[in-house]
Amino acid sequence: MTDWPILSLVTFLPILGALMIALIRDDDEGYGRRNIRNVALLVTVVTFLLSLVIWIRFDNGYAGFQMEEEIAWLGGNIGYRMGVDGISMLFVILTTFLMPICIIASWRAIEHRLKEYMIAFLVLEALMIGVFCALDLVLFYVFFEAGLIPMFLIIGVWGGKRRVYASFKFFLYTLLGSVLMLLAIMAMYGMAGTTDIRELLAYDFPAEMQTWLWLAFFASFAVKMPMWPVHTWLPDAHVEAPTAGSVLLAGILLKMGGYGFLRFSLPMFPDASVFFQPMVMALSVVAIVYTSLVALMQEDMKKLIAYSSVAHMGYVTMGIFAFNEWGVQGAIFQMLSHGLVSGALFLCVGVVYDRMHTREIAAYGGLVNNMPKYAVAFLILTMANVGLPGTSGFVGEFLTLLGTFQTQPWYAAIATLGVILSAAYALWLYRRVVYGKLDKESLKGLVDLSSRERFILYPLVALVILFGVWPMPIFDVMAASVDQLLNEIERAVSDGAQAAALLQR
Amino acid sequence: MFHLIVFLPLIGFLIAGLFGRSIGAKASEYLTTGLLYVSAVLSWIAFFDFGLGHEEAMVVPVMTWMNVGSLAVDWSFRIDTLTVVMLVVVNTVSALVHTYSIGYMHHDPHRPRFFAYLSLFTFAMLMLVTSNNLVQMFFGWEGVGLASYLLIGFWYKKPSANAAAMKAFIVNRVGDFGFALGIFGIFLLFGSVNFDTIFANARQFDPAGDIDFFGYAVPAATAITATCLLLFMGAMGKSAQVPLHTWLPDAMEGPTPVSALIHAATMVTAGVVMVARLSPIFELSTTALVVVTVVGAITAFFAATVGLVQNDIKRVIAYSTCSQLGYMFVALGVGAYGAAIFHLFTHAFFKALLFLGAGSVIHAVSDEQDMRYMGGLRKHIPATYWMMIIGTIALTGVGIPFTMIGTAGFFSKDIVIETAFASHSVVSTFAFVMLVIAACFTSFYSWRLIFMTFHGTPRATADVMHHVHESPWVMLAPLFVLAAGALFAGVLFKEFFYGHEYAEFWKEALFVAGGNELLEEFHHVPAWVALSPFIAMIVGLLVAYWFYIRSPGMPKALAQSQSGLYKFLLNKWYFDELYDFLFVRPAMWLGRFLWKRGDGTVIDGMGPDGISARVVDITNRVVRLQSGYLYHYAFAMLIGVAALVTWMMLGSAL
Repeated sequence: MTDWPILSLVTFLPILGALMIALIRDDDEGYGRRNIRNVALLVTVVTFLLSLVIWIRFDNGYAGFQMEEEIAWLGGNIGYRMGVDGISMLFVILTTFLMPICIIASWRAIEHRLKEYMIAFLVLEALMIGVFCALDLVLFYVFFEAGLIPMFLIIGVWGGKRRVYASFKFFLYTLLGSVLMLLAIMAMYGMAGTTDIRELLAYDFPAEMQTWLWLAFFASFAVKMPMWPVHTWLPDAHVEAPTAGSVLLAGILLKMGGYGFLRFSLPMFPDASVFFQPMVMALSVVAIVYTSLVALMQEDMKKLIAYSSVAHMGYVTMGIFAFNEWGVQGAIFQMLSHGLVSGALFLCVGVVYDRMHTREIAAYGGLVNNMPKYAVAFLILTMANVGLPGTSGFVGEFLTLLGTFQTQPWYAAIATLGVILSAAYALWLYRRVVYGKLDKESLKGLVDLSSRERFILYPLVALVILFGVWPMPIFDVMAASVDQLLNEIERAVSDGAQAAALLQR
Repeated sequence: MFHLIVFLPLIGFLIAGLFGRSIGAKASEYLTTGLLYVSAVLSWIAFFDFGLGHEEAMVVPVMTWMNVGSLAVDWSFRIDTLTVVMLVVVNTVSALVHTYSIGYMHHDPHRPRFFAYLSLFTFAMLMLVTSNNLVQMFFGWEGVGLASYLLIGFWYKKPSANAAAMKAFIVNRVGDFGFALGIFGIFLLFGSVNFDTIFANARQFDPAGDIDFFGYAVPAATAITATCLLLFMGAMGKSAQVPLHTWLPDAMEGPTPVSALIHAATMVTAGVVMVARLSPIFELSTTALVVVTVVGAITAFFAATVGLVQNDIKRVIAYSTCSQLGYMFVALGVGAYGAAIFHLFTHAFFKALLFLGAGSVIHAVSDEQDMRYMGGLRKHIPATYWMMIIGTIALTGVGIPFTMIGTAGFFSKDIVIETAFASHSVVSTFAFVMLVIAACFTSFYSWRLIFMTFHGTPRATADVMHHVHESPWVMLAPLFVLAAGALFAGVLFKEFFYGHEYAEFWKEALFVAGGNELLEEFHHVPAWVALSPFIAMIVGLLVAYWFYIRSPGMPKALAQSQSGLYKFLLNKWYFDELYDFLFVRPAMWLGRFLWKRGDGTVIDGMGPDGISARVVDITNRVVRLQSGYLYHYAFAMLIGVAALVTWMMLGSAL
């Protein structure tokens, strides 16, 4: 079994599931619908279990790519190449872990066009896993871009009132960035003669070229992240997307930007990365303070959490561009943690949305009275969002700030203001929704979490606390790869500096 | 043993929190309380072994937390005298408060939750005091903040309680902002967050060398000062020092046992513990210590002035706490760390006693907290009355000067005042004067509280007076234990904390820079200095007696004649209004502005919405070009051909 192409298996199993679902007739009798749900759940659970094999077989001590697969495709220079390292592996696990939760969260919420919905989700899963496994630039690009389509459909078909506006905004924003990335990919192929990521990592791009390539990639990743000021698609997309769509959007899709920086921008264009460091730092810090302030004034629960996501992604970009272990490992941890926390927070919103069909904060109040279990889960997640030590939210935030402080103390100091602001908006939301008297007539009939909702929320809550207290399993996976990445940058930059010094002489 | 001390409350929290509904309120109460007593007994054993005995300080490892690059953070316990003193304080008071709450919360339907929170708080506090590195300390620090938030907002139906809980958390976060930056600074300067490494490096620290700090090459001394001040900012938040004190009086919205445990005896002293723990670093920066002294002295004075006019019984005691914490910071600032911890130790007993006594009063008068509607309760609740008297004489520091007869506060407070005078700090005179004035005010408001509550004619309604009853034994017993502490903790432990046994007792736990001979010098202050707190106390008592027993019309007349000053004090120097104006409103305005204008008008307006509007515009115009008339198209073609020919001719000519 050890020589199975495990990565391809995990990647394409969901596609197989989608094909199976396509064969089931979506009738009104209920059998067909039940089968669709069951198949979707079964496939995602099996995918998750299979992906755990990747983690088990993963060698923490090895910094390079593992479980590599290679098949000739598009004439040799471009190939179907897969593999994971310490940076990408856990994102695969995160994706496969969140998928069954998304399927269960949509169990009753989706009635309309169920079959197509499940197919869209399974296809999306395959594409997201593919992004993190691809070892070929073109393959990466295909996965990266193709993922837009199912997400566009999920928002546009199963979304809320302004779904068309939101889905187009999402699509155009992200596509615009990607076009530039495609140009850069063509240029890189022209220079290096291959799109194999492993070879590109070893290739030294000339410094003046790096700047342009870096900017092209940056355009795409910054939108995906999203960084300020290209973040405005996210609140709209989140607000309109169905609950499970929001979970994937916040949990996985946002992480592709950060992953892209780590996989391409930093190691392939180190000189440009160093050159643009002040700009990225400044944008990150602005994002943290600006979007936290904006989050404070939101009247829509999902919008508030969406803005807080932008702020949290600010810590990620800041940490990545601190160029030290604390910053980069903290940033990866922050991404993983945010995947759990924000995903769970969107599920929390979904719980009350399913009951009340409104996301307006003012429509709620006093939920603790008849939903105590919900209140506890929501509280723990709120605290994780605030970055309370003992939750996973703290570890990433703390390390990115610590790492940044070592090289760029002013940026870190301003970014630390975020800890005050995040407490303000998160607690205020919690107070308005959960605390208080249960005055509103409409809320009096609400029932606490159903067993299905408990089944999806509790594991997330447990993991948030577990990784807050014991994050070492995560750090062990990434340490070697991150070290190698940082050494590469340092080597490249010092080489560059020497070359520049020689030229000046 | 230390695992048990720290984790038993956690187990209590988990059981009561997760299964409180199924095992019932009674079981939750007894279980959490029982576990706390085990912890408390073990803490006292540890105190005798490590404090009074000769056990060497040690580190008890638990597990790895974070290990990233050169940053290594472990979960572990640092056991030395400072730790065991705090273990004793925290667990003793917590056990007593648990017991007391069984009676006090008797009617509340959410008792399992209450006891779970109390145990959670205790656990977090124990993690704080036992931490062996700054990050675990930060964990405990924010953990007690969470517990405090939950307990202040325990009665979640009250909007004022929710507001107070939020305020406490957010104001504390302002302090934590500084604390976090301080940790980063320490890591930058010393390359570690573990106390052993930091202290070892601090000993070899060269204050004259230049280092790169915040982008500037600065002398190391400046960097250390900045780091210390940032750390102290955290202490100011947690210990409610001016200007981050505003949350503490509001925190009185929580149930009274909470006020006693968290907002008097333990959590608010975390800042003092932190500075004492980091004494090897603070001793490197004279400037930082001066700031600590000044902030402490100002707080001691400020809070005492506000305490003079408050009418809510709990708020009077809350301001008193604030003020007493100021005393502790003055002691820290002049380098008398032992004295600060001594005052912390005695204060825990008498302030918890006063709060629990106040709770007993509130319990008796049907949850009334306004002293204007009390009075004449002495005969009805005598046990509570005498316990409050003991608390008051301990707080005001009653004792006979130059002898060994006196209450706990008599010893600890006098030591603080005398060290403030004897110190060579540039602000020692200022601190001394402030503290003596504050001592006078303390005496006044404490006795005012006693006189307004227990003496004079009853001002409550007949209905309330009819129901006045003494509290049950389960509430009184903890009062008796605390009263014993309030009376005797001073005389028993004085020599250990700040006297002849100092070196023997503290061992390596506290660090004082060479040349600081305060421990010896404060014995030789002039007699008038030693007498001054005693005189201040007598003056305060006499004025209170005159105002509230002899001529009860006096205070009202004075408030009317000095109405400006009275309003100023009653409104707590307008700090809340000022902050609302300076921070809260601008933040909200800015948030709305950035959202509507920044995101809406500028980014979306110039970006996607603007572009799509332009595209629609242009296509509309292009549509108009398609008129459908053949001669329009023919004309356009002709122009095109002409242009092309012209270009070819000119182009070839060039």
